[in-house]
Amino acid sequence: MMDIREAPADAATPQDGDTWELRLYVAGHTTKSVTALANLKRYCEQHLVGRYTLEVIDLLQNPQLAEGDQILAIPTLVRKVPEPIRKIIGDLSNEEKVLVGLDIRSRSDH
Amino acid sequence: MHKYKLAPTALPQLPKAPTGIDGLDEITEGGLPLGRPTLVCGSAGCGKTLLGIEFLVRGILDYDEPGVLMTFEETADELAANVASLGFDLQAMQADKKLRVDHVHIDRSEIEETGEYDLEGLFIRLGYAIDSIGAKRVMLDTIEALFSGFPNEAVLRSEIRRLFRWLKDKGVTTIITAERGDGTLTRQGLEEYVSDCVILLDNRVIDQITTRRLRIVKYRGTTHGTNEYPYLITEDGFSVLPVTSLKLEHTVSDELISSGVPGLDEMFTRRGWYKGSSILITGTAGTAKTTLAASFALEACRRGERCLFFAFEESPAQLIRNMRTVGIDLQAYVDQGLLVIEASRPTLNGLERHLVTVHKLIGEYKPQAVVIDPISNLVSVGSISEVRSMLTRLIDFLKVNNITALFTALISGRDGRMEMTEEGVSSLVDTWISVRDLEGIGERNRGLSILKARGMAHSNQVREFLVTEHGIQLLDVIIGPLGIITGASRLTQRMQEQAQLVAQQHELSRRDRELERKRRVLEATIANLRTEFESVEEELRQVNDEEHARHEALASKRHDGGHTLTTTAPAASGPQHSA
Repeated sequence: MMDIREAPADAATPQDGDTWELRLYVAGHTTKSVTALANLKRYCEQHLVGRYTLEVIDLLQNPQLAEGDQILAIPTLVRKVPEPIRKIIGDLSNEEKVLVGLDIRSRSDH
Repeated sequence: MHKYKLAPTALPQLPKAPTGIDGLDEITEGGLPLGRPTLVCGSAGCGKTLLGIEFLVRGILDYDEPGVLMTFEETADELAANVASLGFDLQAMQADKKLRVDHVHIDRSEIEETGEYDLEGLFIRLGYAIDSIGAKRVMLDTIEALFSGFPNEAVLRSEIRRLFRWLKDKGVTTIITAERGDGTLTRQGLEEYVSDCVILLDNRVIDQITTRRLRIVKYRGTTHGTNEYPYLITEDGFSVLPVTSLKLEHTVSDELISSGVPGLDEMFTRRGWYKGSSILITGTAGTAKTTLAASFALEACRRGERCLFFAFEESPAQLIRNMRTVGIDLQAYVDQGLLVIEASRPTLNGLERHLVTVHKLIGEYKPQAVVIDPISNLVSVGSISEVRSMLTRLIDFLKVNNITALFTALISGRDGRMEMTEEGVSSLVDTWISVRDLEGIGERNRGLSILKARGMAHSNQVREFLVTEHGIQLLDVIIGPLGIITGASRLTQRMQEQAQLVAQQHELSRRDRELERKRRVLEATIANLRTEFESVEEELRQVNDEEHARHEALASKRHDGGHTLTTTAPAASGPQHSA
């Protein structure tokens, strides 16, 4: 498994109490996957410093994992925690949509 | 140019994957295109999913080809429960690694879209499922559900196109199901992606009875049946009814069998009808059609043949009871297992289902004789043309299997049913017997006549018959002054005949007596005459004697009187005169 576990979550921002557990499903190093991963990392570093874990799963290597999270589209970002599960598909190029989708920024914020 | 010209046989046929589904392989001439996708479309509830699942299950059970079922609508457990009633144990197949069920759940509310994406995840899942069990068959049910999950239709369409290409490259035989759209085969126009084989299922309700039809819209690279074929979803799964064989190539038997009514056999010059032929008995209500049919069934059982009796009007118990009163004991043969009575209401099922039931039971019991009583009730289920096509199939099927079949049909001269029988069925059958009421003054009698009998000469008489305690008895033909006489007139005629006979006998004995008298008179006369003759004779003799005596006396006197010469000559002639 190509785990890229980043930023120990328990170390930071205990004041919020919320920890984001994120999973990014990719299939090989395609442009879309690379873009998505880069975008995601940027957003997390900006908004969720120390409050998230990110797991990147390459389905080419672990195809059996696609079924569990009902992955169809690639790339797919899954927010496992906090509940409910959210999925964002695409290369995550629209920051606004990603942040809203992850409930990092509420829809009424802007 | 010429080098491309191959002998027709040298061209390879399009490889096909047999579906194992009853009838479908016949229509497709071997199955679905091997290693290519097939689109199955139809409206809700017409059995698309079932067709696909059966394709997979038959592949696993009959052809040892593992299958992948990717479902976008129902979960694996739901599907397994749905098809368990058909005897398909999906869970066991999954445990044996013969089947893999992948439920794709799409929830639009969970998914946010941002930026570019593709459906590689779907490919990976499917590819993984296929590779993990070495699947040869795949079913996607219903891929159109993707359209509700992904807003970007352009991406979706290009991905679906890629998917089908990819499946082809994988070499798996795929069934894709799709809902039927308005004016198009599928709602999302999937038919433009799947171009190899498209099967359309149709579910229509005519006169409150559902009939299902299957049609192969297209099948590239091969010939196929082009008609709409009825199909059924039975307890054994999916079943398509192809026209069994309209080639009329069945072998025929020269063996003759009895109709069960001796008098009726006599009406055919060969004393019975051919084994494996089909017989139609038509008649108005209450003309003993069922009794004739039961007689035939009984006779078949008596010969030791198995007989299958489809009763569309009576329950088996009722039929047995009713037939017992006319001396036809069916129960004994039911107990022996030679006779099977299958009773159902015609309206219970659509025509196809009846046909399938008949096929199935014939397959199970392998009878030599089949009775369907009556076929006319089936008209209530379908139109005349449908009934005709069903009966064509049925009669063909029976003939191919060399089963003697007897059908009864109720006709009523007043409405259009007569036409049904005449045009619809009668041309299909070999022997047609008509029973009817012979209505006289104040009574009804039953008459039987043969309208046609292929392959043998037959009587042209209308024979009166009675339903007696010992079965059906044909009465001798009595021809009166106005033709054939039946019923009470028959009795009258008989009484008249008897009276005549008595009178004749009287006359005869009177003549005898007269003769005797005459003889006696004559004899008396003869005796008289003889006595008369005798007395005359007596008299004559006496006269003669006297004369003689007188002559002698005269002669002796002359001899005594003198010996002169003069008297010698007259004396010499004297005795000559007297002599």
